[in-house]
Amino acid sequence: MGELRLMKGNEAIGEAAIRAGVDAYFGYPITPQSEVIEYLMAEKPYERTGMVVLQAESEVASINMVYGAAATGKKVMTSSSSPGVSLMMEGVSYIAGAELPCVLVNVVRGGPGLGTIQPSQADYFQATKGGGHGDYRMIVLAPASVQEMSDFVKLAFELAFRYRNPAMILSDGVIGQMMEKVELFDPLPRWTEEQITKLSPWATTGKPSTRERNIITSLDLRPHVQEQRNIKLQNKYAIIQEKEVRCEKIACDDAEYLIVAYGSSARIAQKTLDIARAQGIKLGLLRAITLWPFPSKQIHELLDHVKGILTVELSAGQMVEDVRLAVEGKVNVAFYGRMGGMIYTPEEILDVLKAKIIGE
Amino acid sequence: MAEIRMEDITRPENLVYKKTPLMTDNILSYCPGCGHGTAHRIIMEVVEELGLQENTIGVCPVGCSVLAYDFMNVDMQQAAHGRAPALATGIKRTWPNRTVFTYQGDGDLAAIGTAETIHVCNRGENFTMIFINNGIYGMTGGQMAPTTLEGMKSSTCPYGRDVQTMGHPLKMTEVVATLPGTFFVSRQAVHTPSAVRKAKKAIRMAFENQRDKKGGISFVEIVSNCNSGWKMRPVDANHWMEQNMFPFFPLGDLKVDGKLVK
Amino acid sequence: MTEEIIIAGFGRQGVLSMGKILAYSGIMQDQEVSWMPSYGPEMRGGTANVTVILSDERISSPILNFYDSAIILNQQSMDKFEQSVKPGGVLIYDGNGISRHPARTDIKIYRVDAADEAARLGLTKIFNMIVLGGYLKVKPIVKLENVILGLKKSLPHRYHNLIPDNEKAILRGMEIIEEVKV
Repeated sequence: MGELRLMKGNEAIGEAAIRAGVDAYFGYPITPQSEVIEYLMAEKPYERTGMVVLQAESEVASINMVYGAAATGKKVMTSSSSPGVSLMMEGVSYIAGAELPCVLVNVVRGGPGLGTIQPSQADYFQATKGGGHGDYRMIVLAPASVQEMSDFVKLAFELAFRYRNPAMILSDGVIGQMMEKVELFDPLPRWTEEQITKLSPWATTGKPSTRERNIITSLDLRPHVQEQRNIKLQNKYAIIQEKEVRCEKIACDDAEYLIVAYGSSARIAQKTLDIARAQGIKLGLLRAITLWPFPSKQIHELLDHVKGILTVELSAGQMVEDVRLAVEGKVNVAFYGRMGGMIYTPEEILDVLKAKIIGE
Repeated sequence: MAEIRMEDITRPENLVYKKTPLMTDNILSYCPGCGHGTAHRIIMEVVEELGLQENTIGVCPVGCSVLAYDFMNVDMQQAAHGRAPALATGIKRTWPNRTVFTYQGDGDLAAIGTAETIHVCNRGENFTMIFINNGIYGMTGGQMAPTTLEGMKSSTCPYGRDVQTMGHPLKMTEVVATLPGTFFVSRQAVHTPSAVRKAKKAIRMAFENQRDKKGGISFVEIVSNCNSGWKMRPVDANHWMEQNMFPFFPLGDLKVDGKLVK
Repeated sequence: MTEEIIIAGFGRQGVLSMGKILAYSGIMQDQEVSWMPSYGPEMRGGTANVTVILSDERISSPILNFYDSAIILNQQSMDKFEQSVKPGGVLIYDGNGISRHPARTDIKIYRVDAADEAARLGLTKIFNMIVLGGYLKVKPIVKLENVILGLKKSLPHRYHNLIPDNEKAILRGMEIIEEVKV
């Protein structure tokens, strides 16, 4: 058993970064995730592992520092919250276009604009449908506990390097700010120069006489070549969709009704489930863990016994579009959300379920 | 008169100049008369002469030199517009023993990338910045740059730059020279053989400073022409540059060994 | 066993750290715990509250509407949370600065005048530990030895010399808490 600690979600991200053998973190403070860089700075990871931690002049600079270091095969990451992540979207598009591995953390707050510092899940579209320009995808992991904040840092890097693709941990102010018990994974050593050049032969580490120069770019002005680059990307995304879908099904086997949720909403909905089951309502919960690729098949498979679905999100309704695509109109899919930093209670969700789905 | 044959010309003992192998055989995409090709070559010559090829990672910008990686035979990255200094920071911080340089134009370095430029020069990152200033946006077709001179015409100031409404030409090199994180700041040109020799000397110093970990940015501006964007013949463009650009952007060292040149 | 607690008062009353020590104590006896604070500008001198859950099972929602126990340390929090105690639950409050006392008859109400006691002992910094002691007398969900272990875990090393004072404060809180009959 690994070391047990009581940690905030944001602190767990920082500790997991050090333990995952991350080479560098570049970031800019923004509520509600500033504890990530504060924790890292206090921990002196440059002494623990040699990890670089740098406070950049902006989120724009942060993501481009990530871009530069990721292009050399290093394990690099950044974190921010919604307005800052918007600033990073250009860089993410370049990183995806250049097929570089890196990890971003978005501890989502309410928007649009400066919005609020309170929790929200209104960045689902941005994370899963692009956000930046061009046809690209990020692998998006949605932690629902502080434990997963830690575990998903490691997982996100594994996926990012497996597919040479940016991976995002899409969290929110609830998971970022709350403390829970975390079992920390054993530290991994940082990669050596030899390991990097072996694992990432494409990386721009300096051109030895034994190979051609490496070029990291998303540019090709020849349409037929740029189309081929795009097709290659899309083929990669198809493989990710085939292999990397993750979700958690709670009490789904006999469920007549289903809640689909992710992150902090899934935690709240789990309490709704407990209350509903105590009242004899056969409710199940499907928690999406990967938001892209989305567990469409896993939802569809439940339709042989599920009669109606309620999607709950701290937004005006974003993931619900993917749920409806998965369901293909076979059952009623209703939505309930709160916005602006307001959070529903378990009882509130149950009332909506009864009104919109069960129809008492 | 005896016929001069190709074999005579290419005899090793007659060799007076050879292209550095650090320039690829790709045909330059730059307009005839443009300074980029010369600037590329002298940078790569310096990298070769200092024996740094295996060690060097370059970052190219958005602008005419976006395809610099087609011509420079070292590992290269292509940055988003203005962000080359941030990429270079990411590279140099994680590979402190590599030689890292950025190559940027005036729009990239002095307009959209101003924040990144100022902050790497303020943090004193240990890499080399090459700044090509031709007072115009070449790649997008001759629009106004932050360094476009007062009264100078471009497609977005067709009646000449009016400083009252469009702002003044920005002397970015003077700005970065005042920052504590720059170690060497110089302004050069590449339009004559003697200017090329001086520019190469400055670039060499900029790479040596980095190699010797002198601490801080080594920054070399090259005032260049853009005969296409300026709508002039190459020779006229060079004359115009001497008469108009150099008085506003005077050549020479601004900061040496971390000290401002008086 | 699941215990859902709200601790609410002013910033600088040690609301969040009391919750943290309670959560750490839970970990010391192998329980699942969650600690969910209010956060943001309101924390800087304004009202602060934290939801703490200790359970033998996996914890679902860290955010709740109703609580088994409410620990209330100022009037604003009394106004906000008195009605959030589950029927049969517990409300503990410090009478200092309270102008409208709790009035519910379907819950158990206790008063621990920790602010006065801390001033009397000359130990104002461990005011929150007196409150915690009072709570643990009413709801002995964690053992005192695990609270001390939790303190050791959550306090930076340089403050470990203060642990005996903290323990003293907890014991004093256990002594002075009194049930209030409405």
